[in-house]
Amino acid sequence: MSLDPSFVGRTYPPTAPYQVGREKIREFAAAIGATDPAHHDPEAARALGHPDVVAPPTFPVVVTMAASRQIIEDPALGVDYSRVVHGDQRFAYTRPVVAGDELVCVNTIEEISNRGGHGFLTTRTDVRNAAGEPVVAVWSKIVVRGEA
Amino acid sequence: MELPTQTFRVTRADLVRYAGASGDFNPIHWSDRFATKVGLPGVIAHGMFTMALVGRAVTAWAGVPDAVVDFGARFTRPVVVPDDDQGTEIEVAAVVKEVTEDGLTRLDVTATCLGEKVLSQARATIRTPR
Repeated sequence: MSLDPSFVGRTYPPTAPYQVGREKIREFAAAIGATDPAHHDPEAARALGHPDVVAPPTFPVVVTMAASRQIIEDPALGVDYSRVVHGDQRFAYTRPVVAGDELVCVNTIEEISNRGGHGFLTTRTDVRNAAGEPVVAVWSKIVVRGEA
Repeated sequence: MELPTQTFRVTRADLVRYAGASGDFNPIHWSDRFATKVGLPGVIAHGMFTMALVGRAVTAWAGVPDAVVDFGARFTRPVVVPDDDQGTEIEVAAVVKEVTEDGLTRLDVTATCLGEKVLSQARATIRTPR
């Protein structure tokens, strides 16, 4: 199965706001063993100039992975999710995610290629807060493996 | 300049915890039956879990938890996590590639498991530690 390159440049409608909870950040930080007090204690985060606990650097993937279902489940694009593996990931931060953020994602398909029977899909997700200010831009490349 | 290597142990329990915290319930990260059926040697760690551990290492080098400005990697090889108490180990090393005048430090990061690189082009930009 190959991916249709005419989808490059397509931008999807903004997602419903994701409420970043303090306990979710604590849970994520605990799951990866990140013990810095700024991930757990609002006072420690405030001491660094943040309004509430600070998410670890890869936390935005929790939000963007859910948001990317828009693309993965787009019937017109036709990605077979059971054949998907994660290729690349990148985050460019304007600021860290903090508890209390309401994050809206806008997904754009940046690149599609087909090589060796596999499909390659790069998406950029612009993550903004409720005021529309940029928080982090997230790139993700997935590989849709061809039938062996 | 090389930064001190950091080692992270990864067990099946870590993968279950990460699945719950991240919402990534792909069965290749918890079911040997499913993982082997799709041609993997066994249950593998989430690529994003490996990247999260690298993020911890980068944060530790930076000295503060909010210093990462840019962070990217390519997942080149799966981290197989056996179903025992030892699990496996990921070693994270880095070299400083550049310290810019506007206060940023660029790192080239290496993550290995059993001597094999599991990430390539792993790079992080952090605010230069004071």
